[in-house]
Amino acid sequence: MNPTNIISEFKEKASLVSAVIHEADTIEDAFSIALSLCKKNFIIASPQLDNSALPLLEKLCIENGITLLKDNLRKYTNGIDMGITFADFGIAETGTIVVNSDSEDKRLSTMISEIHVALLYKSNIKATAFDMADELSALTSRASSYTAFITGPSRTADIERVLAIGVHGPLALHVIIIAA
Amino acid sequence: MEKLETIKDYKNRIDNALENQFLRSAMDKFAVAYRESRKNAFAGIDTDALIAEVAEIKRNAIKNNDKLFEEFKSVAQKNGVHIHLAATAKEANEIIAKIAKDTASQKIIKSKSMTAEEIHLNKWLENEGLEVTETDLGEWIVQLRHEGPSHMVMPAIHLSRFQVAELFSGVTGKEQDAEIERLVKVARKELREKFVKADMGITGANFVIADTGTIGLVSNEGNARLVTTLPKVHVVLAGIDKLVPTIKDALTIAKVLPRNATGQKLTSYVTWITGPSEYLGDNNQNLDSSAKYPSNFTKSDSKNAAISLNSESGSNKREMHIVLLDNGRLKIASDPDFAQILQCVRCGACANVCPVYRMVGGHTLGYIYIGAIGLITTYFFHGAENAKNLVQNCTNCGACKAVCAAGIDLPRLIKEVHTKIQDEHGHPLKSLMLGRVLKDRKMFHALLRIASVAQKPFITTQNTSDKDSSLKRVCAEESFYLRHLPLIFFKEHNFRTLPAITKVPFRDRWKSEKWQSENFGSSKINTKQDKKLNSKQIRIGIFSGCVQDFVYPEQLEAGIKVINKINLDNPDIDIKLEFPMGQSCCGLPALMMGEKDAAADVAVQNVNAFNEYELDYIVTLCASCASHLKHAVPKLVKSNKADEFAQKVIPFSQFINRMLIQQPDIIDKKIDKKIELKFNNKANINKKVTWHSPCHLCRGLGIKDDPKQLIKATGNTFIPAKEEETCCGFGGSFSANFPAISREILTRKLDDVENTGADLLVTECPGCVMQLRGGALNQNRKFKVVHLAELLADI
Repeated sequence: MNPTNIISEFKEKASLVSAVIHEADTIEDAFSIALSLCKKNFIIASPQLDNSALPLLEKLCIENGITLLKDNLRKYTNGIDMGITFADFGIAETGTIVVNSDSEDKRLSTMISEIHVALLYKSNIKATAFDMADELSALTSRASSYTAFITGPSRTADIERVLAIGVHGPLALHVIIIAA
Repeated sequence: MEKLETIKDYKNRIDNALENQFLRSAMDKFAVAYRESRKNAFAGIDTDALIAEVAEIKRNAIKNNDKLFEEFKSVAQKNGVHIHLAATAKEANEIIAKIAKDTASQKIIKSKSMTAEEIHLNKWLENEGLEVTETDLGEWIVQLRHEGPSHMVMPAIHLSRFQVAELFSGVTGKEQDAEIERLVKVARKELREKFVKADMGITGANFVIADTGTIGLVSNEGNARLVTTLPKVHVVLAGIDKLVPTIKDALTIAKVLPRNATGQKLTSYVTWITGPSEYLGDNNQNLDSSAKYPSNFTKSDSKNAAISLNSESGSNKREMHIVLLDNGRLKIASDPDFAQILQCVRCGACANVCPVYRMVGGHTLGYIYIGAIGLITTYFFHGAENAKNLVQNCTNCGACKAVCAAGIDLPRLIKEVHTKIQDEHGHPLKSLMLGRVLKDRKMFHALLRIASVAQKPFITTQNTSDKDSSLKRVCAEESFYLRHLPLIFFKEHNFRTLPAITKVPFRDRWKSEKWQSENFGSSKINTKQDKKLNSKQIRIGIFSGCVQDFVYPEQLEAGIKVINKINLDNPDIDIKLEFPMGQSCCGLPALMMGEKDAAADVAVQNVNAFNEYELDYIVTLCASCASHLKHAVPKLVKSNKADEFAQKVIPFSQFINRMLIQQPDIIDKKIDKKIELKFNNKANINKKVTWHSPCHLCRGLGIKDDPKQLIKATGNTFIPAKEEETCCGFGGSFSANFPAISREILTRKLDDVENTGADLLVTECPGCVMQLRGGALNQNRKFKVVHLAELLADI
């Protein structure tokens, strides 16, 4: 499969499982898109951002009057409005994002947020899980590694087999594909 | 200990399930929807190849289980995990209870685990005074109702939204609407509280990966992630059969598991956890200090630092225990035949397609493990007493085998378990007698002859013939029925009109010269007269099976008429027919009743009887006989002679279709000229005809198109019925043991047939004919039921 097809397949398959796809040219654009999904007084969690990304998000949050949490998420288990994290890989075949979340705060931001926004570099989208088996094996061979394949928001069909979105995890998943 | 259930109690439970209208409709909708979503999920994938790959991975993993265990243990321990191997369910419960005690854990949350159900873990922990909360929505619902899951993947599939609303109203002390979205939110809110307060989280594992010491969890709701993140202690309970060598193997299994389970390409979450993860919660005084771990266990591997987005989060790790459960698995692994049941990936598909599950649901078709795999594993994990009634509740339709994600020969192993239980705990008189009688062909046949006389007072000549039908011959033959059943049967068996045993069995007809000349006329099928000198001889042995020999000889006569006509129409071939008199029952009924010895005995008799003749083919008009002779006989007899015998077996439709339509690679005889069957009676070609595919034909032998091609070749209008490959509910002794279920499966089938508007329902198994025709008569359905040979013979 050529790269363009991989990207379009990823978008198609992710949409099929109720993920919302956006595209951005830069990280800054991506954060703007994320912030555009926020309502007033939202609380955002974005732990584990590096020193180049964090100031960009902090600036946007201040401008928009939004609270940004970077750690201690355990105190907010009643719910956070939005969690923003980077994803390590995308899997086109199933519309899946792969998020390494060894950090508890990062993990929680993908679990207890009402909306999970994942930032994914285009170049990290693979055709199938098998195309990243070596990377995955390396990720998971480290002690205290916690890696998640996330395919759409949390869901259940446990009552009368009727699909309901948002059980114990996020009610919505947005994936912002970053070109650069 | 619970009181053991008698077969009568079990049947009462079945009756209750059959009367549960919500359950019936939920199961029925699911059966239909599942088939479609599974098909979509596997679109573009070579499913058979993928299943074969999964089977191979699991087979090898089971073979190398001890090696994988050692490898896993060593890596996981290095990572700081406490590894436990529990020999029994009790041991596993004790280990987990002790972990709770040692870590001063009082409140426990769980994500769904069938292995925890297997060992009755919740009950054990609750008896220890601990609070246990299931967090999977379906599991939580059934836990609140104090019952077990009714499906391995969808635990509460037997319940309606109204029942859930009522339950949640009780839990929250507030009236809850029966609106599914809102009920889900109630669970989200109520359980979030439990997550936060929990001391210990228990999960299962879908994969235990040896080379990296990783566990993999497949889930949809996100609860497993919270269970493994919020509490300070994480306990994993998994069967040792979950061990696989690498994450690549796990990914291959993950490709088939959700597709086969729920028709999803992938579940919302697949989580890979290697060792104790970061825990930033309150490290209270009761928690084990990290001193007991190797000093280097938190250091991340610097080689992989580029990938890691993790901070150097220091030594705040949770306590992690992995309890690997044997509970009989190692013994199963060493059994050459049963080892394959450990290939199971717990997708639940064998229940999804099971015609019995569809009627009664999982509480009735399982003890803990549900569906076909449950019928087998109950014996091993929960003992013969809990398995002995359950294991009989199988029509042997083979739908489970066809769908199994790991290629397990489920229907055969169900019968093996049935035999095992009877060998260990005694054979019931009924099956013992059947076994004895079958072993002695002459006695068996003598009894059938006596029965044909003894039934006389019960016979009626119910006139079912449609006067305008040109199928008069068929109808004339079918007009003898048992008016009412002898007293050994009960009222519950009256759901179908059973045919009478024939006055003159086929074997006697074959011996009579008058019959020979009437049926073969001047063609003398057993001679070479009127044939070209260089005509190719095709030697066929007819295997009749008991039902056609003693109940429906007219089906064999029709089949012979068709073959004879082909012989007459085509001077280039010379068909020679034989009917070895030493042939007996195929043995399937014996196997169905758990009489494997008797089945082996008659298998030898049949192989020997046919071995006396030089034959190219052994043609049978009974799909069940064909499939049994082809697949089971070589396993029962284990000789070259039996293998050769099995190779020659071919069902009627395939034989005729190969000759007529696909044209002859037939018996490698290289016949140049086109073989034809000239249909000369045009009266019958304006019928609307539909088809029921016998289980043992479409799944047992993989023959799906031959009969339909033949039906179309007759010039009649073929209208496919919905679910033509779904079981009719006969299943030999199944319909006698579980008449109520058989009746319901049959009624569904007859509805599908009637909806086609067909005049004729054609099938290719005398058992199916008995069930379908008997049901159609009993329910005054508008169509007639005939054997394929009868359709072809009449045109």
